[in-house]
Amino acid sequence: MTTDASTAAAVSYREALTQAMREELERDPNVFLIGEDIGLFEGSFKVTRGLLHEFGPARVVDTPISEAGFVGLGIGAAMSGLRPVIELMTVNFSIVAMDQIVNNAAKVRYMFGGQVSVPLVIRMPGGAGHQLGAQHSHSLEAWFTHVPGLKVVCPSTPYDAKGLLKTAIRDDDPVIFLESEGLYAKKGPVGGPDDLVPFGQAIVRRSGAHCTIVALSRMVWIALDAADTLAAEGIECEVVDPRTTRPLDLQTIADSVRRTNHCVVVDEGWPECGLAANIATHVYEACFDWLDAPIVRVNAADVPMPYARNLEQAALPRQEDVAAAVRATLARGA
Amino acid sequence: MADAPTPQDTIPAPAADADLMRQMFATIHLIRTFEERAAEEYMRGNIGGFLHLAIGEEAAVVGSVMALRPTDPITSTYREHGQALARGSDPRAVMAELFGRATGLCGGHGGSMHLMDRERFFFGGYGIVGGSVPLAVGLGFAISYRHEDGVALVMFGDGATNQGVLMESMNMAKLWNLPVIFFCLNNQYGMGTAVDRASAETELFKRADAFDMPSRRVDGMDVMAVYQAVTDAAHHARTEQEPSMIEAIAYRYRGHSMSDPDRTRPEEEKARWHARDPLITFERVLLGEGTVTAEDLTAIRDRNSSTVEDAVAFANDSPVADDATLADDVYAHPWTDDPRGSAEMPQVRP
Repeated sequence: MTTDASTAAAVSYREALTQAMREELERDPNVFLIGEDIGLFEGSFKVTRGLLHEFGPARVVDTPISEAGFVGLGIGAAMSGLRPVIELMTVNFSIVAMDQIVNNAAKVRYMFGGQVSVPLVIRMPGGAGHQLGAQHSHSLEAWFTHVPGLKVVCPSTPYDAKGLLKTAIRDDDPVIFLESEGLYAKKGPVGGPDDLVPFGQAIVRRSGAHCTIVALSRMVWIALDAADTLAAEGIECEVVDPRTTRPLDLQTIADSVRRTNHCVVVDEGWPECGLAANIATHVYEACFDWLDAPIVRVNAADVPMPYARNLEQAALPRQEDVAAAVRATLARGA
Repeated sequence: MADAPTPQDTIPAPAADADLMRQMFATIHLIRTFEERAAEEYMRGNIGGFLHLAIGEEAAVVGSVMALRPTDPITSTYREHGQALARGSDPRAVMAELFGRATGLCGGHGGSMHLMDRERFFFGGYGIVGGSVPLAVGLGFAISYRHEDGVALVMFGDGATNQGVLMESMNMAKLWNLPVIFFCLNNQYGMGTAVDRASAETELFKRADAFDMPSRRVDGMDVMAVYQAVTDAAHHARTEQEPSMIEAIAYRYRGHSMSDPDRTRPEEEKARWHARDPLITFERVLLGEGTVTAEDLTAIRDRNSSTVEDAVAFANDSPVADDATLADDVYAHPWTDDPRGSAEMPQVRP
C-alpha cells in the first residue's frame, strides 16, 4: 500500500465512502442519495451515517423496498441533470433492478444518439464470507462488466474507495460501484477533497519478478497474503489491482506479465464466463509470446454459496489457493 | 374487452379555442398520414426491425401531449411516432430515424421504438413494457427537487399495468407527492391478449386506488375528453403536488406491429371502433360547430400529405448512418473509440 498518497489518520473503507459522499453533497447541489434505509437507519452497513442529519430528507431519501422502481427513478432524475447516488442494500438486490440498469441506464445515451447523459452512481456491497447463504453472497462484477454503457468500479482500499467514488459521482456516465462487505472495517489512509482516483488506471500493490497476480477488491488482500507466504519460499509475486473492470487498464497488466512471464487471476465470482476468464483472455491476446505457462484462474467454487461455515470457506478463494496456483504455473513454466 | 365510457362518464368538453382544436385535428391527421406512409415504406423494406403503429389511437396521443406545456417532460412506449410528432418533432427527422439514416432524430441509433427529442422534452420511447415508468417518476422527482412547476407524463399501455415496476413507481410517486401523470393508453390488447384475459381487474384506472391516488377513465377516441382530463391532471399536479392516473380507452386498428397479421381479433369489434374514428367524429364536431370549413379540412389534408411526402423523400435522400459512428455516444466520457471496446487491445503497446 505504499503507492497511495496518504494523510495522517487511517480511516475505514466505510468512513472513506461516507467522506466521499459528504464532500460531494457539499460541493454540488445536484447530488443526492437515495436507497433503502440510508437515512434514518443510516444504511444497512452504516455507510451513510450522519448524512440525513447533515443534508436533510430532500437529499438523503429513504425508499420503499422497490429496487427496480428507485433505480429507474434515479435514471430518470439523472437524465434531467441531477446526480443521484443510489445505494442498493447489497449487490444481490441489483438483480431485481437489472432491467433498469441494463436496458435503461446503460443504453439511454447510445440509443437516443447522445441527446442525454446518465450521471448516475449505483453503490452496492457484494462478496461473501459471512454465512449469508446462497441468495446473499454474490460477486457479480462480470455481469456488469459485460454491458457496454456501464462503468464498473471495485475498490480494494480506503484511499481508492474515497477517490473512486468521488470520480464516479463527477462522471457523466452510469457507474456501478461495487463495494466489498468484507472490507468495510479495513483501515488505511485516504485522500483529501480533491484527490480523485481516475478510472482505468491499475495500481501495482506489490512488485515482484516471478509471477503476476491480478486481483480485485477483497481478493487483493488475499493475493497479498499469498505473496507474503510465497516470498518466504523465494517466490516474488507482483500484485496488480485493476481497480476498475470497465474501463480495464490492460497496459499495466500486460507490462507486468511481460516482465514476470507468468500470470494468476483471482476473482471472487464464479468461474464460467467470469471476470478472471475475461482478464485471462486479454492477457493471452496481449502477452501470448511472453507467457512461459498457462494462466491459472482462482475463482469461487462453481456452486450456489452454501451456509455452513466450513463449506462457505471452501467455496471462496483463499490465500492458500492463490499460493498453490502460483506454484502450479511456475512449475509448468520452469 | 372494455367498452368506451358512455358520454355521461366523460367530463364536459373544455372551452378550448378554435385554433387549438384545428391544430389538434391537424396533428391527428398528420400522425395518421405519417404512419400509413411508414407502413408502406416498411413493406418496401425501407424501414427495418419492428414498426408499431398507433393508427386508431391518435386522439389519445394528441389530447394528452397537447394538454401539457412544451417543457413538461414525457416518456412513452415503443409506439411513439405520434408523441414525437405531437410534440413538434420534425417529421423529416422522425422518418429518417425510421429509415436508419444519419439525419434521424437519434442518428440511426434508435429506430422506430427509440425516438427521443430532448429539446422538446420528449424523453423517449422504450422497448420493455413498463420499463420507462420509473424514469418518468424520476423526471417528476427532478422537477420537485428543483422546486419547478412542471409535470411529467408517462404513457404506457394496458399491458404495463400488470408489470410490478408500475406498482413500485405509482407508490413512490404518491408517497412523495411527485408531479407525475400516469397515462394508461388502454388499446385493449397486450399484443394479442385482451385485457380481460390478462387482468383480474379490468378497470385499470382502479390500480391507482391502491395508492390513494386520484384516477379516472376517459374515452380515448375523444380528443377533447382526453385533453380535458390531462389538463385537469396537470393542473392538479402543479397546484396540489399530487400525481394521478388516467386510463384512456382506445383501439389499435392494426396488429401489434407490422409483423402481426392481426388474425385473432373479431372483425365486428374492429368495425365498431372504426366507426368511432377520431378523424370522423372530431371532424363532425368541428364542422358542426363551424370551427373549420370543408376548405380548411382540405387544406389540412393537403398540407399533411405534402409534409409526409417530403419527409419520405428527405429520408430516402439522406445518407445512411456512417459506420464510423458505430461507437459514438456509448459514453459521455469514453476511453476508447474502438467499437470492440477493450477486446481489440490496440491500446496495449508492443
